Amino acid sequence: MKKVHENSENLFVENKKILLKGDIDKFTVPLLWKQLSQINDLTGIEIIDLKHVTSIDSAGSLFIEEIASTIKDQNNLDLPIDKLYQNVTKDINDTIKVFSQTDVKTYSRKRKDPFFVLVGDLVISFITSLHEIMILASDVFYWAILGIWRKKGARKGSFTQQSLLIGMEAVPIVALLSLIIGLILSLQAAVQLRMFGADIFIADMLGYAMLTEMGAMMTAIIVSGRSGSSIASEIATMKVSEELDALKMMSINPIRYVIVPKFYAMSVCMPLLVILSIIIGILGGVFVAILYLNISATAFYNQLLNVLTLKDLLITMIKSTFFGWSIVIIGSFYGLKVEGGAEGVGKATTYSVVTSIITVIIIDVIFSLLYLP
Amino acid sequence: MNNSEPIIQVKNLVAKYSEKTILDDISVDINRGEITVILGSSGCGKTTLMKNILQLQRPASGQIKVFGYDLTQIDEMDYQAIIRRIGVLFQNGALLNSVDIFDNISIPIEQHTKLPKEIIKKIIEVKLHLVNLSHAIYLNPSELSGGMRKRAALARAIALDPDILFCDEPSAGLDPLTSASLDELIINLKKQLNMTVVVVTHELASIHRIADKIIFLDSGKLLFYGSLKEAKKSGIEQIDTFFKVGSF
Ligand SMILES: Nc1ncnc2c1ncn2[C@@H]1O[C@H](COP(=O)(O)OP(=O)(O)OP(=O)(O)O)[C@@H](O)[C@H]1O
Ligand SMILES: [Mg+2]
Repeated sequence: MKKVHENSENLFVENKKILLKGDIDKFTVPLLWKQLSQINDLTGIEIIDLKHVTSIDSAGSLFIEEIASTIKDQNNLDLPIDKLYQNVTKDINDTIKVFSQTDVKTYSRKRKDPFFVLVGDLVISFITSLHEIMILASDVFYWAILGIWRKKGARKGSFTQQSLLIGMEAVPIVALLSLIIGLILSLQAAVQLRMFGADIFIADMLGYAMLTEMGAMMTAIIVSGRSGSSIASEIATMKVSEELDALKMMSINPIRYVIVPKFYAMSVCMPLLVILSIIIGILGGVFVAILYLNISATAFYNQLLNVLTLKDLLITMIKSTFFGWSIVIIGSFYGLKVEGGAEGVGKATTYSVVTSIITVIIIDVIFSLLYLP
Repeated sequence: MNNSEPIIQVKNLVAKYSEKTILDDISVDINRGEITVILGSSGCGKTTLMKNILQLQRPASGQIKVFGYDLTQIDEMDYQAIIRRIGVLFQNGALLNSVDIFDNISIPIEQHTKLPKEIIKKIIEVKLHLVNLSHAIYLNPSELSGGMRKRAALARAIALDPDILFCDEPSAGLDPLTSASLDELIINLKKQLNMTVVVVTHELASIHRIADKIIFLDSGKLLFYGSLKEAKKSGIEQIDTFFKVGSF
């Protein structure tokens, strides 16, 4: 294997000459560069002697050219650079020619925008995004409503397939997390309630919390993470690989064909998942009530009926449908917006999950206002 | 090693994807300072041969010697040192998508040398100039056309002045003029820098311009190895058809 010689002294200044020795390549240039910068005054030098140069590569060639042009500048010489070289062998001359900088056009990097311009851009892009999301949402609603009557242009079996993906496959994780949340909430509460001897109110507390907040919220966050990300990455991949363009050229509306089935599936699955979450969360509470507080299941059940109202259930169902819609639309939005190649897909997925979780929370706040007297 | 020894020696190479044999008992030597063109129909295993030589895929059996070192036996450190002296242009370019062209080319240079920034910048500018892509230096790969990406990838492949350059279809998707200028660059690299080049290509015009030697693969076997003239005189049916059909 070729050893790297980090030689000590291979650049000399001798009466009006710069002398280079040995291999002038990517491994020796760093040191030579340092030696050159220590000299730094090249006035009076007229020649670069390459007699003892044994080999050279692009780095070496450009290094020599750099010396030459510095000499030219410092001495105000007006001659072609290669007139400065002396004792150049053919091999080395060839290499220098191949890598010659003389007719290379240089470009400078675009300067970074100042801070306030960046902030301004951010605000503007946020507002345009909002606008675009609204347009996409209205498109999706339009095609979704139209699709109820007109079956043409929709993919056969896609609703079932999407429902399995978004709904069925989320059941285990939603169930597990809801059970755990139910257990935790009621255990925490049980300790406190016991101090006041208000054991039975655990049913009120847990039932109300699961029904109005926790069930919908937990499910929405799980679904954003699971389905929101997969929607965004699926659509982004289709966009990047020109599949969406191909659909358009087959006169198939991509929104109708790709997004609307997901929209239908989400509209059905989200409320069902939320109901599942509420029931299992409450079941978790029942365990705690029976095992820790010694409340009978019947007592728990009777107490529960006092707090669960149809109105709350209805609001939660509506709320969770909104959650589902926002997840689909935001996922699709970032999927459609993707730019560049494969790395854009990852970004789209991240943005979509973050944004849909934030949106879910905002929608939740709005619905909470409904409960204010 | 002495300089007359072949720079790449492939002995009894067998390559498989799971159970399917793609390359069957290939033995071939590639000479220093020559341009060797790998020919064969689509899907016959040209890319597979290249990847096996580079050890991106492990050969099922056989021996691969590069610079006289057996890559199938060598340890990781030595392998890295050899790979640094090899440049590869992949079939689809394989640029890093998350950074611009400048960084795509500067990354290998920064990783493997201690060159000052000024020189690195000059190297990048010159290499891009060689592939005629100076203006794209600060663009992202996603902002380039397919052919431009190929050329940027070629600039990256020669960033470290490799001794051996592998090109998988450098001119696919390029217009005849750009393709011809790339051929000229490859010939220059060979003549003036004494680079050894291995090219996979289908373009007859290109083959006529650059090929010193030809490797012709057919259904996993090495059908022919030799110069272009010999290939045309060989009388092997598949090779005759290849040159006839292609020369419309
Ligand atoms: N990852 C893989 N798994 C299984 N088989 C593969 C894989 N990659 C390639 N093959 C098979 O190996 C064979 C050779 O593929 P290879 O990519 O080497 O062809 P090629 O000669 O480079 O073709 P082209 O000119 O189209 O690029 C093909 O028949 C292909 O089906
Ligand atoms: Mg290939």
